[in-house]
Formats: sequence, C-alpha cells, structure tokens
Amino acid sequence: MLTEKGTWTVKKGLAEMLKGGVIMDVTTPEQAKIAEEAGACAVMALERVPADIRAAGGVARMADPTVIQRIMDAVTIPVMAKARIGHFVEAQILESLGVDYIDESEVLTPADEEFHIDKHEFKVPFVCGARNLGEALRRIGEGAAMIRTKGEPGTGNVVEAVRHMRKVMGEIRYLQNLPKEELMTAAKEMGAPYDLVVKVAELGRLPVVNFAAGGIATPADAALMMQLGCDGIFVGSGIFKSKDPVARAKAIVAATTHYNDPKILAEISRDIGEAMPGIEIQTIAPEQRMQDRGW
Amino acid sequence: MIIGVLALQGAFLEHEKALRVCGVNTRQIRLPEQLNGLDGLVIPGGESTTMGKLLTAYELLEPIKQLAEQGLPVFGTCAGLIMMAKDIVKSNQLSLGLMDIAVERNAFGRQVDSFEADLAIPALGDKPYRAVFIRAPYIASAGSGVEVMAKYEEKIVLARQKNFLAAAFHPELTADLRLHQYFLNMIKK
Repeated sequence: MLTEKGTWTVKKGLAEMLKGGVIMDVTTPEQAKIAEEAGACAVMALERVPADIRAAGGVARMADPTVIQRIMDAVTIPVMAKARIGHFVEAQILESLGVDYIDESEVLTPADEEFHIDKHEFKVPFVCGARNLGEALRRIGEGAAMIRTKGEPGTGNVVEAVRHMRKVMGEIRYLQNLPKEELMTAAKEMGAPYDLVVKVAELGRLPVVNFAAGGIATPADAALMMQLGCDGIFVGSGIFKSKDPVARAKAIVAATTHYNDPKILAEISRDIGEAMPGIEIQTIAPEQRMQDRGW
Repeated sequence: MIIGVLALQGAFLEHEKALRVCGVNTRQIRLPEQLNGLDGLVIPGGESTTMGKLLTAYELLEPIKQLAEQGLPVFGTCAGLIMMAKDIVKSNQLSLGLMDIAVERNAFGRQVDSFEADLAIPALGDKPYRAVFIRAPYIASAGSGVEVMAKYEEKIVLARQKNFLAAAFHPELTADLRLHQYFLNMIKK
C-alpha cells in the first residue's frame, strides 16, 4: 500500500475541513482555550495581535517557539503560526515545531521585498494573503494551499477586506466570461500563471479555500464576508481587543455558520459588549499599511 | 431521496457534490427543523471539537440522536466518525454516541503527518480505494455488533453497525464515489 505524506490533496484538504469556521488569533494558552471553547476551528499562535503590532511599531517577527508550543499543547484544534514574507527559515522552524499551517503574513515585517517562500518545498501547508486574483494565483503558484484576503489587519475596519474580496470575486466572474483565446492575455495582465487562470475560468472559483481576514470585528462583519463568497473567517484583533472576548468569539462563530439568516444574526449580535476600537483607513500613513507588503 | 448534510462547519459542500453526482438530492442542515423528512444524514469532515460544540449550541444533538436510533441511516467521515462514537478516548467531548466504538482523535499525528494511502475495502470490490487522512482519527476498539470494513496498518478506519457507517478518512475529497454509493445502497435496503 503506497502511502504519501504532505501531498497537495492533504495540504489543501485541511483547509477544506476549516471551511465555514472561524480562525482566531491568540497570544496565550488561556486565550487559545477560550477560542476553542467558543467554537473556533483553528487558532493562530502569535506573540502580539495585529493591533498591538501596529501600535508597537518596529520589526515584527515569528513568535517565540515556546509561545507556539504552549498553545499547541493547550488545544486539540489545529494551530497555525506566522512567518515573515520570504523568511523560509522561520517557516522551516515552524514546520519542525509541528504547526498545522503556516501563514506567510504581511502582518509581520517582510524579510524579502522581492521573493515569497517556495511553499512547494514544505510538507506543512501555507496560507497567504491577497488583494486581488493575480496576487492570489501567484501565491498558489508558489504552493499556497489556502488564500485569505489581506484586508487591513489590526484596524477593526472591514472596508479593505470587502474591497479585496469583491476584487477577487469580480475578477473570477470576468475570467469566466472570456473566450479561451483571451485567457493568456488576461494571465499576462494579472501577472498570474496561465494554467491557474484557465483553471479559475473553468471552476468559477479559486482552486483552493478562500477565507476573509483583516479588519473583521463583529458578527455582522463575518456574515457580510461569507455572503460576499468567502469560505470562512480569520479574526485577528477583533476578539481579544473587544470588551467581552468570550461572548464575541461565540457570536462570530455562530454568525459564520448562520450567515444567511438575518433573524439569527440579530439574535447573536445582542449584548456582546463593545467591539474593538476601529481605525479609519485614510488616517493610516501609506508606509504603515500592512496590505501593501508582498506583491 | 433527500440526504441531509450537516453544514455547521467543514467539508459539507464536497459531500453534497458527491451525493448529487450519485443522483440524489441534498439539504444543508443547520437547524433542528431542517431534519424533517430526510432519508439519510451525512456528518462531514471538519473540526470535531468545533462540531461537537455547535451541535449542542444549536440543539441538534438530541434530535439527530433520536432519528438515528429510530433507524435513520447516518454516514460520518473523520470528524463525523468521532461524533458517532460512544467513546472518545481521553476526551469528555459530547458526541451522538451512535456506534459501539472507541475513537482515538488526531491519532496519526499533526498535519505534517497527514497522508494518502491505498486501502483494501472488500465491500467495495477489488480495486484499491485511495483514501485521504487529515489529522485523522482511528477506531481503537469496536464492539461485537460492529463490522470492520477496512484497516490501515492494523488500525480500523472504516466500520459499519446497522444503519451507521463511519470512515476515518475523507471520501468527499476524492473522485471515487464507491463509498457514497455504498451508503445510498444501505438506505435502499
């Protein structure tokens, strides 16, 4: 019996199992337990949530392996961790720790402004951020087995996530309507691998699971992103920077399952305490915008 | 024929796709009232801890348990298998407790150890079945009423007990429809 580990099916498959779920940023084993208890389908182990990274400034790097290990020991759901864009050694370290997914993330300070990690080289699957279809397909071309919108992390403002999801979905619809002979030019214009452009035109969706991330702070935000067509939700600062993380975490999980039922959404949006304070995107200096990291 | 697919979280769309190719109608199940009039129920792969909590939170656990005990055919894959087990080793997680099996969770290791393998499943014919295991469980022990249908390295990964079928792997992620077809045949009989 031929057995193969770390195949594309297996890497992509874990993301399939996370669909319709919420992945929450956590910085301690206690927070990880709260997330698991609230119904998170995975956690992202970090030293600081994006809002704090933004506030602290300086260079943000992979978390201390001890922090990640303690979180892995605390929960049975999958644990993800972030590596800097292009920092393949951070990724090697995370793989050796046994994390279940690596996020090559713009939330951390990029280690390489030109090249992303060759993700095919790894047995552990990767998720990457994207603002448009071309960017998503470049990451998939490099081996990402899951995509998420970039949004603007740590802002509690959903506007950029909406912009990126609409952009990706709009470009998919555009490709679907092109005759075959126009797809090569579309690939050239998007800067995307031709075979993936053809595949998207056939499937009418990304060939991997596509989550929303970057600024989701309320149950309504989560349901909005689901109705716009994403497969699930990442919540970074939105939970543990809010007044009542337990209530908010549960409500966002429920909103992601029942995203199409306004009556239930009204019910779960009640009495969950104040959301995290938000930031208007225009007040963030261009060089401080995390979404412009990577290409 | 209408097959319900539990749609709280996980790979429910893939199960629906496979079932539709087999020629049956499907219905996503998120609320108790959606359980009325089903001919069978699929509990998909996903995160078992999450699914267990959501089953309780949305008051689906008891109604499903009742229907299953009255004879509704149920097919669980991966997290679904865990939900169907009477005993989840080293866990006090709530489950439907339909089959006399003890299940070990994440039993093959973390994601880096997830794998694909060819299984011999005599009930599906001679052709090997390519099975995808993702942070998969296995059946550590099974009661006398349980028919063991496949093993991988001596570990039970597919079993049937009366109207219940449970797989540790993900038939919804491959194009081989034999196991879905097998489940549908269970309903017809």
